[in-house]
Amino acid sequence: MITTKDKIQAVEQFAEKVVEVEGRSLWQDARRRFFSNHAAVTSLIVLAIITAIALIGPFFSQWNYDDIDWEALSDISTLGRPNIENGHYFGTDTLGRDIFVRTMQGGQISLLVGIMGSAVAIVIGTLYGAASGYIGGRVDSIMMRFLEILNSFPFMFFVIILMTLFGRHIFLIFVAIGAISWLDMARIVRGQTLSLKNKEYIEAAYACGVSTPKIILRHIVPNVLGIVVVYATLLVPNMILLESFISFLGLGVQEPMTSWGALISEGAQNMEIAIWQLAWPLGFLVVTLFCFNFLGDGLRDALDPKDR
Amino acid sequence: MLTFISKRILEAIPTLLILITVSFFLMHSAPGSPFSSERALPPEVLANINAKYHLDEPVINQYFYYLGGLLQGDLGPSFRYKDFTINELIAQSFPVSAEIGIWSFLVALLVGVGCGIIAALRQNSWLDYSVMGFANLGIVLPNFVLAPLCILFFSIYNHWLPPGGWNGGAWPYLVMPVIAMSTSYIAQIARITRGSMIETMHSNFIRTARAKGLPKYRIIFQHALRPAMLPVISYLGPAFVGIVTGSVIVDVYFGTGGIGQHFINGALNRDYSMVMGVTILVGTLTILFNAVVDILYAVIDPKIRY
Amino acid sequence: MSLSNSKNLLEVNNLRVNFRTPDGLVTAVNDLNFTLAQGETLGIVGESGSGKSQTAFALMGLLAGNGIIEGEARFNEQNILTLNEKAMNRIRSKEIAMIFQDPMTSLNPYMKVGKQLMEVLMLHKGMSKAEAFEASVKMLDAVKMPEARKRMNMYPHEFSGGMRQRVMIAMALLCQPKLLIADEPTTALDVTVQAQILTLLNELKDDFNTSIIMITHDLGVVAGLCDKVLVMYAGQTMEYGTAEDVFYRPTHPYTQGLLKAIPRLDADDEKLSTIPGNPPNLLQMPSGCPFQARCEFAKDRCGESMPPLEEYAPGQLRACHKSVDGWVV
Repeated sequence: MITTKDKIQAVEQFAEKVVEVEGRSLWQDARRRFFSNHAAVTSLIVLAIITAIALIGPFFSQWNYDDIDWEALSDISTLGRPNIENGHYFGTDTLGRDIFVRTMQGGQISLLVGIMGSAVAIVIGTLYGAASGYIGGRVDSIMMRFLEILNSFPFMFFVIILMTLFGRHIFLIFVAIGAISWLDMARIVRGQTLSLKNKEYIEAAYACGVSTPKIILRHIVPNVLGIVVVYATLLVPNMILLESFISFLGLGVQEPMTSWGALISEGAQNMEIAIWQLAWPLGFLVVTLFCFNFLGDGLRDALDPKDR
Repeated sequence: MLTFISKRILEAIPTLLILITVSFFLMHSAPGSPFSSERALPPEVLANINAKYHLDEPVINQYFYYLGGLLQGDLGPSFRYKDFTINELIAQSFPVSAEIGIWSFLVALLVGVGCGIIAALRQNSWLDYSVMGFANLGIVLPNFVLAPLCILFFSIYNHWLPPGGWNGGAWPYLVMPVIAMSTSYIAQIARITRGSMIETMHSNFIRTARAKGLPKYRIIFQHALRPAMLPVISYLGPAFVGIVTGSVIVDVYFGTGGIGQHFINGALNRDYSMVMGVTILVGTLTILFNAVVDILYAVIDPKIRY
Repeated sequence: MSLSNSKNLLEVNNLRVNFRTPDGLVTAVNDLNFTLAQGETLGIVGESGSGKSQTAFALMGLLAGNGIIEGEARFNEQNILTLNEKAMNRIRSKEIAMIFQDPMTSLNPYMKVGKQLMEVLMLHKGMSKAEAFEASVKMLDAVKMPEARKRMNMYPHEFSGGMRQRVMIAMALLCQPKLLIADEPTTALDVTVQAQILTLLNELKDDFNTSIIMITHDLGVVAGLCDKVLVMYAGQTMEYGTAEDVFYRPTHPYTQGLLKAIPRLDADDEKLSTIPGNPPNLLQMPSGCPFQARCEFAKDRCGESMPPLEEYAPGQLRACHKSVDGWVV
């Protein structure tokens, strides 16, 4: 190879420009389609509101998420009711802790797990899929076979085992959840990579002697990112659900911290006497999941109008 | 066809072996012994127990002991319930989970496909909107949310159904677990069916079938149903896993006493052999089910070469 | 052969097809009139989007859900446009059959070819399975399908494009329909296969005495097969007459343009002539003649009013302000 480093850089810059030009018109089109989808736009707004109140809501309450209201504790079923005057907007739980603040705090955890879990899934899935698709041949078929094997594992059981064995650290939760959710992502990215592989700028980069990892990271990954982000939006509600499921079983976040799943679990135990303990976190969870689903559908339709 | 089936089943064996190996070493890499939580035992007793369960030998030996037992269908003794083997515990609880699971699966499939087809054929009518509205709601109401809502509605507000228990599987005890388990899968399947049915009904070969003068029901059932079912069949694998996982919730909520209960208790009590046993059982079922789904897919789609 | 026959098989009167779209009503076919006698072949020629396929779908009752039909189509004295689905199903395939444009997707990929053929016979002729099987094999033989019996048990993906179109033709002819509508039957095929299929249709036409409506954008197809030709543009009839007249004495500027665009080996011109521009957007139809923007003879008048479809010689109709010999003042 007589190509100098300068030339490689020039080719790469050119390739990036090509990508930009192609990308822009696609994204403009997609944006127009997305904003004409009222359900998706409404969902986006509602999600923004939920995120905002989950983040700043606790500052507007006199209670902390682990404060115990000893007065309310004396009679939860009456004094623990939702009440503006004593500051328990959503009521209290059986330990006299404020449900409003706990729902907000739980929301932070649930949203964080949803987003971080998706991020983990995206990183693993994108790299795996791009590598598999780009390298191709034998490596590809072995990597895909491995995916198939993983696909028939009862992963939820593994997560539960992990949580019981290695303790309930929040970090572990989204690593575990993310690590089991990257399979579909890898498949999608691989498909995209296969179609990108024969594009001129990839071939040009290859012809100039750019190394395989570099082609994958600098040329393949940026190009599949758009689709990846859309599917990630559809992943977030699944992540939130998984986390809630684990928390519901009492294996998720550790007390006194909480998440929507844990709150629902507690609320469900007392639903006969204190329905508000179930209703508020449940409402927030369901609305959030609803919005993420509509948002994801909207984004997907915007990028892939064939599906409509 | 027969070679494809046997090939697909043979392929499941290494997958199964990997599953067993991974879960075995995962369990054994865990800190703490299964008996460490109990009150201090005399060292001689502890040694006895360790020897009985081969816990004093290297992990690799334990692995082969375990594998040898598995080959004879022996999942080993429970570390927790000293008087029972895992086989006995599973034999007791598996039929319960299987009954709930099969019912949920059938309900999800039949209701989901039915609703999806109706919605697709009446696209953009009030029927379509209400079915899809229900489906969107069902997707965001997971089993652990539906279970308490069911109890609240059916047992606490209206005393229609018993709030829990199993009672040998009498139908009043079956209704709520099945509702809680199947709803989100009904919703998913309905959505998938509707989408693929609409796409199929717009395809050129359906136009050909109409041009033949075939009555509508024959177009739907003989020409459109098969291709429209393909995406649904691909979804059966994940749905199966979801329903199996959901049995944990159902057992926790309704106290039905299925394998989910044993799994959770096992996990919380470090009952290694119990957790392993359930994981391997569920894994085997999942792997076999996926093989069946693949075979089914190949039967329906003639384009798949085998 | 005359244009108006006392015993017409099909008479289409003022057929109009509209589609409801988010942007308003779109007219795909505008006041179409033609007649077809038993055994006759009509070619409907036009560019894509000229409404020729929608005409066929309208006659078969296969329009998309948002389509609205006006006018009438009398088939054997009966207006088939107002029939309900059930009555229409008795006519489809039995009396009027259709061959579609894309043989790759028009056969059900999940059903054996034999079954797809047999179900037509079992439905319309009440044949038993065995009878239907034999009749289907016979028909596959008739469309020159090699090893017909063996192929009955194969799936469409095991056939080549040309073979699939033969299956489609066999399927259409199973009940020996009086009318066959062929919607661009050769467009998706290789040139050599195109010729085979056209030859086949020509032979079958004589064997079965079937009337054919041949829809195409390829004038070469029309020349070899048709008795009459109807040239459509943007949903309007431009010229309508016997194939001979339209080919050798085209009078409409659009037809002339189309004919000039056919590549010829014997022409002195080295450059292939094309009609400049594109067909108008059906959503924003210009007033007057739809072809004016691309017409080399266009005058102010053309933008003001749509020329009526008028008979300028016995059996020859055209819609153009320019007279046959030149401009009338």
